[in-house]
Amino acid sequence: MEHWSPTSISAAPDTGPAPPSIAVRLARDPKVVFAGGFILLLIVLAIFASLIAPQDPLAQNLLAGTLPPAGFPDAEPGFLLGTDGLGRDVLSRVIFGARISLTVAFVAAGLACLIGSLLGLLAGFLGGWVEVVISRLVDVWMAFPPVLLSILLVAVLGTGLHSVIAAIVVIDWTRFCRVVRTETMGQAQMDYVVAARTIGFARPAILFREILPNVMPVLIALLTLEMGIAVVVEAILSFVGLSVSSDTPTWGGMIAEGRKIVHEAWWVLAAPLAALFATVVAFKQLSDGLARSLDPVLRR
Amino acid sequence: MTTPRLTIETLSAISLRDGNKPVLRRVSLAVDTGEVHGLVGESGAGKSTIAKAILGIIPSQVKIKGGRIDFEGTDLLSLSASGLRAVLGRDIALIPQDPSTALNPARRIDVQMTDGLRLKRGLSAKEARVRAHALLEEVQIRDPERVLNSYPHQLSGGMRQRVLIAAAFGLEPKLVIADEPTTALDVTVQKQILRLIRALQERHGTSVLFVSHDLGVVAKICDRVTVLYMGKVVEQGTTTDVLTTPRHAYTKALLAANPRYDRPDTGLEPTPPEVISALRAEISAFDVSLLESRDG
Amino acid sequence: MLLAVVANRVAMALLTLAGVAVVVFVLLRVVPGDPVAMMISPGAGPADIAALKAHYGLDAPLLTQFWIWIKGVVTGDFGTSITLHVYVTEVLAARLPATIELAILALIVAVLFGGAVAIAGTLMRRTFGETIIDGLNSILLAVPDFIWALALVLLFAVAIPVLPLTGRIDPELAEGFTTRFYLAESVLTGRFAVAADIMSHMAMPTLALALPLAAVIVRLLKQSLKEAMLQDYVLLARIKGFRELRLVLQEALRNAVGPTLALTGVQFTFLIGGTVIVERIFSYPGIGNLAIDAVINRDFPLIQGLVLLFGLIFILINIGVDLSVAALNPRLRHA
Repeated sequence: MEHWSPTSISAAPDTGPAPPSIAVRLARDPKVVFAGGFILLLIVLAIFASLIAPQDPLAQNLLAGTLPPAGFPDAEPGFLLGTDGLGRDVLSRVIFGARISLTVAFVAAGLACLIGSLLGLLAGFLGGWVEVVISRLVDVWMAFPPVLLSILLVAVLGTGLHSVIAAIVVIDWTRFCRVVRTETMGQAQMDYVVAARTIGFARPAILFREILPNVMPVLIALLTLEMGIAVVVEAILSFVGLSVSSDTPTWGGMIAEGRKIVHEAWWVLAAPLAALFATVVAFKQLSDGLARSLDPVLRR
Repeated sequence: MTTPRLTIETLSAISLRDGNKPVLRRVSLAVDTGEVHGLVGESGAGKSTIAKAILGIIPSQVKIKGGRIDFEGTDLLSLSASGLRAVLGRDIALIPQDPSTALNPARRIDVQMTDGLRLKRGLSAKEARVRAHALLEEVQIRDPERVLNSYPHQLSGGMRQRVLIAAAFGLEPKLVIADEPTTALDVTVQKQILRLIRALQERHGTSVLFVSHDLGVVAKICDRVTVLYMGKVVEQGTTTDVLTTPRHAYTKALLAANPRYDRPDTGLEPTPPEVISALRAEISAFDVSLLESRDG
Repeated sequence: MLLAVVANRVAMALLTLAGVAVVVFVLLRVVPGDPVAMMISPGAGPADIAALKAHYGLDAPLLTQFWIWIKGVVTGDFGTSITLHVYVTEVLAARLPATIELAILALIVAVLFGGAVAIAGTLMRRTFGETIIDGLNSILLAVPDFIWALALVLLFAVAIPVLPLTGRIDPELAEGFTTRFYLAESVLTGRFAVAADIMSHMAMPTLALALPLAAVIVRLLKQSLKEAMLQDYVLLARIKGFRELRLVLQEALRNAVGPTLALTGVQFTFLIGGTVIVERIFSYPGIGNLAIDAVINRDFPLIQGLVLLFGLIFILINIGVDLSVAALNPRLRHA
């Protein structure tokens, strides 16, 4: 039998190469690369919309109303995706519409994540009556049909971007809260946390230094998922007419108008719908890819 | 001499995952009509691979390199999927190793016993159930009706194994493959099960291929024995011959490893290292000769 | 044992419903937006507004309003709709059947379609066919009913104009119904031409609602089926000589449905929530469409009634799911 001693462990050679860094893992996942790339492109389009869009999205030209996209008969140059009922360039409006969609995506999802996670961390870590109260709250909250609740909130808070964001946060914080609470509860019982506690680490320190990094992968994947959901909710709300004012181009608003004149000018519906579709799919794929790539690395 | 029911001729197989390492080395054995033939070896010797090859369920990482499995005149290895399906269940049946996982937890015992009968023997639902009832009586289950109406989780391990044995023999197959049927059971139950298998086999005239790692178990029930080591047959013959006058050193080592209640002072002897290295040498020599014969 | 679980669930449900009722009630009255002012004709004076408010009991203190409403709810009186001038219970009863038919039809389509694809995917496991199914399904999973509805509009109303775009039934055929369950009734009374017309109207909204659910079913059921197919009892059945499809349906399926059933139940509640926007897009006369109007017009009694109704439906579905899961697992039944 070989003689075992503590020093023999440290003297033992490393088993295999070190695991690749997070950045490398992410770069290897095709979902993350393609979906992430698309979203970056979208962000660029949104930020530099005024430079990239061929026309002024608000410029009406009633003589150039409902012109078809390039390649179809009666199409006119300068309007690649045609024009809507008021002669506004569809392509430009779609590009500018990305601004609203992405703003809502990042702000609303970010806030929902922040608030939900905080409450989830508290519930999972402190346990006791705090956990009971928060859990009951989540249960009652989730008994509401989400779309109805969002419409209700916006109708009640008044139209506008702030209402849309508030509505999304108010509805979807529960998603983060539940997941984070479960994760935290699971982690809090693990040996290293108990050990940290006995050694005497202060509770917040344990929370942020030990538990949070382990909850991160799930959280990030959920965040990107939520962004996709936020984009859809905004589109629905602007479809129903409860988002920003009708002048500002939004994908949902364009879809609503396009729905009305779908027999005369189908492209007014198709273009923003395609943009919405691509964005939603991109966020979902990104979320899937992140969930897969991040998980095993941080859960060492 | 009766015509053998099952003849395995020089069956060879390799494992694709382990760099084409041989898993079976030109194994040959024959099971006669009405014979109980034991297939003995330690884990990894290749006995379950042989059983799987007969049943057509070898895992994808194992590839058959040569030989045939002759069953009543047909080479099982040459059959198509549907051809094999016709043979299975009607002429060949299996008694599995673990009774706790071999029964579907969501289906009642009567359905699990009658579905094979209805598929392969064309019995109606009523006829099949009557037959299942009779089968359970044959395996000495005292309240067959209750067992038929039960779910697997309501029965003990021994009872479940009886059900599986009844189901296997109930199809009146020509060959039953018993895959370590007593390994997962208590020692006290083992004996009863062995006796049961032997009784059923004699009554129905079925041939049995009895796979086991335990030479002691094999001794109680088998007419003839094949001893396997690292995929190669090292000894073959009638049970009496192999057990009383073993020719190969490995067989002798196996016999010595069995605890005997009449000689409590002798402990479990692990196979001596000289035997193992001799065996390894023998096997590499065998492999080399195989290569040479192919090239030559 | 089962009874205890059900009783517990019902108690929790009532509690939740009560919480929902309170929240909605308070929310509507505490935030800005005056329904009465929206109804009044321009040029009306403050006296008229005050009179209308009194008529609807909106001038009383909050607690009193709540008490009056609760008393009504318990006796089955949900008040009068401010915009429609009929009893809330009447209008809900009139519009609910349409949504129920739509939701159930969507559920059936989703289960059949999703189930079939999951089984096909299981039969094709480890082949390229499965890869294609997985790829398509992962895109499908991302697309919500809102987008489907509009994509279907483009496809079947514009590109291949075969389906009607709005409504539930051709107005000329909407005669001689005793219930509001038009589809069920027309099928049960043998008026298949009418049923066909209703189905053509329901086709697009049903698909829009069913596809997201089907995608979820495909993913989960296929996974569960594949795991079940690895079990020893499937191997034994295979050795008995059963063919692959029979193995999947006979042995694997009943062991695989449990988790899928539970998730389907949860997703079904989302589907019900989705009727709100899908009905709007197709002008389908159900409670979803009604809800949007009610909210935009701040019709308090109607909104409260609708929220309670939706809440009740959710809770009933959840209880139904719990019971089905328990019934399906023989171990739980005998516990």
